[in-house]
Amino acid sequence: MFLENPPVAAQASSPLGCAQLGFRGRIHAIRVTDGTSGLTPEELESRLIELGFVEGAAVEILHEGAIGRDPIAVRVDSATIALRRREAMAIFVVE
Amino acid sequence: MSAAAEAGVWRFALVGTPNSGKTALFNALTGKRQKVANYPGVTVERKTGTMRTPCGHGVDIVDLPGTYSLRARSPDEEITRDVVLGRLESETPPDLLMCVADATNLRLSLRLVLELKRVGRPMLLVLNMFDIARQRGIEIDTGKMSAELGIPVVTAIAVRRGGTCDLLTRLDELASRKLGERQENTWQPPSSAELRAAQRRADAIFRASVHMPSKPDTLTTRLDAVLLHPVAGLVILFAILFVMFQAVFTWAQPAMDLIEAGFNALGVLAHNVLPAGLLQSFVENGVISGVGTVVQFLPQILILFLFILILEDLGYMARAAFLMDRIMGGAGLHGRAFIPLLSSFACAIPGIMATRVIDHRRDRLTTILVAPLMTCSARIPVYTLIVGAFVPAKTVFGGFSLQGLVMFGLYAVGIMSALGVSFLFKQFFWRDGPSPPFMLEMPDYKVPQPKSVLIGLWTRAKAFLTRAGTTIFSMMVVVWFVASFPRAPAGASGPAIDYSLAAWIGRLIHPILAPIGFNWQISVALIPGMAAREVAVAALGTVYSISGGDDAAPQIGHVLAGQWSLATALAFLAWYIFAPQCASTLAVIRRETGSWKWMAVTFGYMFALAYVAAFATYHIAVTLGAG
Repeated sequence: MFLENPPVAAQASSPLGCAQLGFRGRIHAIRVTDGTSGLTPEELESRLIELGFVEGAAVEILHEGAIGRDPIAVRVDSATIALRRREAMAIFVVE
Repeated sequence: MSAAAEAGVWRFALVGTPNSGKTALFNALTGKRQKVANYPGVTVERKTGTMRTPCGHGVDIVDLPGTYSLRARSPDEEITRDVVLGRLESETPPDLLMCVADATNLRLSLRLVLELKRVGRPMLLVLNMFDIARQRGIEIDTGKMSAELGIPVVTAIAVRRGGTCDLLTRLDELASRKLGERQENTWQPPSSAELRAAQRRADAIFRASVHMPSKPDTLTTRLDAVLLHPVAGLVILFAILFVMFQAVFTWAQPAMDLIEAGFNALGVLAHNVLPAGLLQSFVENGVISGVGTVVQFLPQILILFLFILILEDLGYMARAAFLMDRIMGGAGLHGRAFIPLLSSFACAIPGIMATRVIDHRRDRLTTILVAPLMTCSARIPVYTLIVGAFVPAKTVFGGFSLQGLVMFGLYAVGIMSALGVSFLFKQFFWRDGPSPPFMLEMPDYKVPQPKSVLIGLWTRAKAFLTRAGTTIFSMMVVVWFVASFPRAPAGASGPAIDYSLAAWIGRLIHPILAPIGFNWQISVALIPGMAAREVAVAALGTVYSISGGDDAAPQIGHVLAGQWSLATALAFLAWYIFAPQCASTLAVIRRETGSWKWMAVTFGYMFALAYVAAFATYHIAVTLGAG
């Protein structure tokens, strides 16, 4: 039921955590590896989904912080979410 | 059937995501008929109110903490979950879940609705802020949305008079058909796969029933371009903080003077009316002056909260957290800790209570532990007294007042030590892996509603006065007792406090405090200072047998300047930067963390810091010839 992702070539996707300010694209996959954050992978994935980060959603990096360009403010469809780049590494996006 | 429903009163629970305008709707429906209390055993605020539908049906409404999901992650969200599921014993299960959603930002709310439906209670979805949605060209087919979700959907504009008419009419319609029967609860904590599937389904409903214009809110976008700018944003944030502190300390002064004068007059009245003796002393020194010293801080607390409430309603607080996250993160604090620490400048108690927004226990604990290091307003009388008495009133570095610089330095040391302590806690106690994430929705900017700000201020004032009337009052009674008994024998020459239990305790602990340059009089004054830091000023007055209490501050200063060495004065200031003695703060820490352990840890580390700082200050000053 949740496998209806638009088929996009896997190699084209990159983590949102590495994207530049102004990046616009779509979410290809949420893939949490252990140690990405202080949470368990399952918990981080759940939280990201609760804030609207699901496959297919349109994202744009609107703002970034002064130190280390972190955290970032991301437009996800109709909402703006602030998060750190470390957690954004779990969100794979395509342009 | 619940008891309330049999009696003809319904119970509704307001549920919604953060920033959905839930509280605005709650205010619109219940107005001033609100009550704020705590849920038993936890310090989560329980907000309830009453209303009547147009046909006269009575309704009790409970406003639940905002959440994205029932998978509770903080004490607040656990309350929402337990009330919705009817698990909380003290709470009558709701007859209807009124789910509130921001009409301009529906995606996440629709998923929450799908999750709430599994609970099986009758439900209603309220699309709030419908006016803003229409203005922006968002078209919502409520009929279709209702059909897709399988629950009634009503629009509302909580902040406008008459904006809840549709909702009220709809409630009466529902009443005529009964609210609907409760169905079986099939809710289970959803897995990430289930959440994903639900969000997909929510997105499909969204696409089918909502037409969005292509451009997002341009005003928010334009404001954020400046307010979230890496440089300009920080400059503006600090400018706002600067204005806020100026306001707290200057605007509040006339009102504080007035309250103080009022309590003094009351004290004089009690002195004249009551016969001299125990009762007079108790009412005048124990009750009136004790409660008065604390109530005096009400104006400062209200001004601080006025700023905080306006900034919160505006939607700026999430931005402040965004801007400060990395800066505070370096010290092991969460971006969200910013607001609680800010409140702590007025008083650590509201600050510690505000840490409830931090969902991760470890982050919340760190913030609670360092909040008392922020220079609260109760330290101001102590600082003013000592700085005024010992620091010469001259200008240095071309126009800066030396006394002002010392005051600023005391604040700065407080902030630095809070950052340092949280850094050490992170290094030594919580080394288990990386810190928890910072994830926060940034709502669109909204014009704050005077009504909601006023209701917010009123609830804060009530909470503060209640505490002053209970906890602090009982503490003052204890302090008065310790300072008054046993009474001075007839014909005694020294001040009465010399013969009291307080003096006995003071002399007992004096050997401990002697190495940091404190004489026994200071040791005695520190005991009543346990109730509230500023009481130490009055206590010093009593010990040095100066009549006139607080009013005599300049006079006390004069006497102190003659009796203390500069080294002792500086050590006393250093002590007060960390001073662990504030019984109400410690009590709140115990309540908020639910354990005596963290209260003991706070007291212990603050005592150690105060001792070390005073010790170092005293001995360095003596070495430099200020002994």
